[in-house]
Amino acid sequence: MARVMVMMSGGVDSSVAAALLRDQGHDVTGVTLKLWGGESDSGCCSVADVEDARRVAAQLGLPHYVFNFSDAFEADVVDPYVDAYAAGETPNPCVECNRSMKFGRVLERARQLDYDFIATGHHARVIETDEGPALARAVDLAKDQSYVLYMLGSEELARTLFPVGELTKADVRERARALGLRTAEKRESMDVCFITRGGREAFLGARIPRRAGTIIDDQGAVLGAHDGIDAFTIGQRRGLGVAVGERRYVTDIAAGTGTVMVGTRDALLQESLRLRDVRGSRTPPRPMLVQFRAHGTPVAATLDGDDVVFASPQPRVSPGQVVAFYDGDVCCGGGIVAE
Amino acid sequence: MYLDHAASTPMRPEAIAAMLPYLADHPGNPSGAHGASRATKTALEEAREAVAAVCGCHPHEVVFTGGGSEGDNLAIKGAAWAARAADPALAGVVTSGIEHKAVLGACERLEREGFRVARVRATGNGVVDLDALAGALHDRTAVVSVMLVNNETGVRQPVDEIARVVREHAPRAVLHTDAVQAPQWLDLSTAAIDAALVAISGHKFGGPKGVGALIVRDGTALVPLVEGGGHERGLRAGTQNVAGIVAFATALRITHERRPEETARIAAWREGLEHGLAAQVPGFTVNGADATRVAGILHCTFDDVEAETLLVALDQQGIMAASGSACSSGAVDPSHVLLAMGMPRDRALSSVRFSLGYATTQADVDAALTIVPEVVAKLRAA
Repeated sequence: MARVMVMMSGGVDSSVAAALLRDQGHDVTGVTLKLWGGESDSGCCSVADVEDARRVAAQLGLPHYVFNFSDAFEADVVDPYVDAYAAGETPNPCVECNRSMKFGRVLERARQLDYDFIATGHHARVIETDEGPALARAVDLAKDQSYVLYMLGSEELARTLFPVGELTKADVRERARALGLRTAEKRESMDVCFITRGGREAFLGARIPRRAGTIIDDQGAVLGAHDGIDAFTIGQRRGLGVAVGERRYVTDIAAGTGTVMVGTRDALLQESLRLRDVRGSRTPPRPMLVQFRAHGTPVAATLDGDDVVFASPQPRVSPGQVVAFYDGDVCCGGGIVAE
Repeated sequence: MYLDHAASTPMRPEAIAAMLPYLADHPGNPSGAHGASRATKTALEEAREAVAAVCGCHPHEVVFTGGGSEGDNLAIKGAAWAARAADPALAGVVTSGIEHKAVLGACERLEREGFRVARVRATGNGVVDLDALAGALHDRTAVVSVMLVNNETGVRQPVDEIARVVREHAPRAVLHTDAVQAPQWLDLSTAAIDAALVAISGHKFGGPKGVGALIVRDGTALVPLVEGGGHERGLRAGTQNVAGIVAFATALRITHERRPEETARIAAWREGLEHGLAAQVPGFTVNGADATRVAGILHCTFDDVEAETLLVALDQQGIMAASGSACSSGAVDPSHVLLAMGMPRDRALSSVRFSLGYATTQADVDAALTIVPEVVAKLRAA
């Protein structure tokens, strides 16, 4: 039996995670993070979600606390998210929240309070290997979230449990129904939790001056105009508002001038890309598989310093996005695409 | 070890006993005309007399409410609306930054309606700054609202002096005091005598949750929040919560009778807790130390300890305390009271309230004196 602090978002996965841990005989405490100011209607921090988490914990007979990390969340997740868009990047705030909040501040608080482990409802697994604990893909590959957890090092992994990583999503819902949990049929949150009404452009528009600019082709010819670069990400095909013969993709964004460059799919291809903030629990093999979208198809590549060299050219990836390294099903680590 | 009496108290057994017949045996609507109604109407009016006796007012000046927040809202909005109806120039509202959210919320609503609201700061000791208050008052001020006892620090506010300042600088203003934290510790017939409106709440002194009273002194014009059948002199429509009101009045009467004895006992324990923690815990500061505080509240700051973590660790050792005001989700926000006293945000987030009440025992205090220093030392070492 271990003392486990389980983060309960009010969703079905973390509800079942808490139930599984309890049924394994652990001494379990539920915590819900209040990450974002107001009473947002969606995402992980609304009052209704806190109430769902509290009620599930009560039903399971677990003590439950709310941790208010809203100051830190704003400083460490939201502000960098806004700054990244202002710089023409496409950030992944869930990754930063995992790193700095869930596996940063919560893990630290759990340590102070003498918990042996923290747990979440992520679909991923921690497996034992000769080189210590490793992050592995979930049993349900369609729901696998190892990509957004790539940054976990050995120390974090040794103190982390992902109870639902062994179950399919269908199994999770079935367990929730069998236990009569109020969250059994709850919809999954898909969007960035702190962006609610109005969507991303309205959220960013209230925080950064929108920089209008032109859309040009690879010859420098002006094809059109736009209201702000935050509406674009590299590789984007839809919503460019330019009419040309063949399919065009965003190939580059110049934050300084507000210029968005578009080109053919071939123009999007690159042999390698450079990363920053490379982290993880182990050195990836040569060659490795890399994944650069939450549910993208992995491709072969090698890591050369901070450069990922692809076995065959790949479409460009927006700066700010995550590239995760895999050795089969084991996530070795990853980094963030540099400019 | 329940050390959160400022949040809510256990009900006094006498109050529970008093309310039971009105749940079990007496169905009558007190506004009715038959025998069953006479029984509940009598109980209601006897409760009103008991409350009036404790508060030093006429029974008809007692308006039963659904608790402290409702009383504050009825007082502030009701007086502001009535003043504006009498003279549109009366559009000023003055309060302090250390008020309960019920007062601040009512003032914000009035602000959105076009009233001009001034929020006066407090000194570092948690007392409303009287010079700042005087500066905010003028002849168009309609309502002034300052609490009698602060719910976080326990610091008593000089409502008598405030009343004098209001008479001098804002002669047309109505003075309301949120006295929700006061009845256990202060005699309202003297302490709140200078306020035209006084809000109290049952569950802070051994009565039930969701029952309170607003004292509305004669000559004070109010517009009601709830209109209907003319109950409570037209100031709060709706069939009265007779059982709750009977329990409320019983708890208030017993609190008043036992106040000298309970206050002396609890004050000694609070002093013991305060001095014991000061002796054992480095980096320990009592907030409002140099001000007049009520007997039951110890509000303190532990350097380099997050209150949120400390409260969890204490709860796991069986000690239930609080960090100022909890928001609706149950998360700990930095206290607006401490910020209004000029306390830096990080210190506000390291502050905890232990509040004692009539049900506190020597064993509770002894346990806290053993456990709190251990837990604080452990968290600092971790």
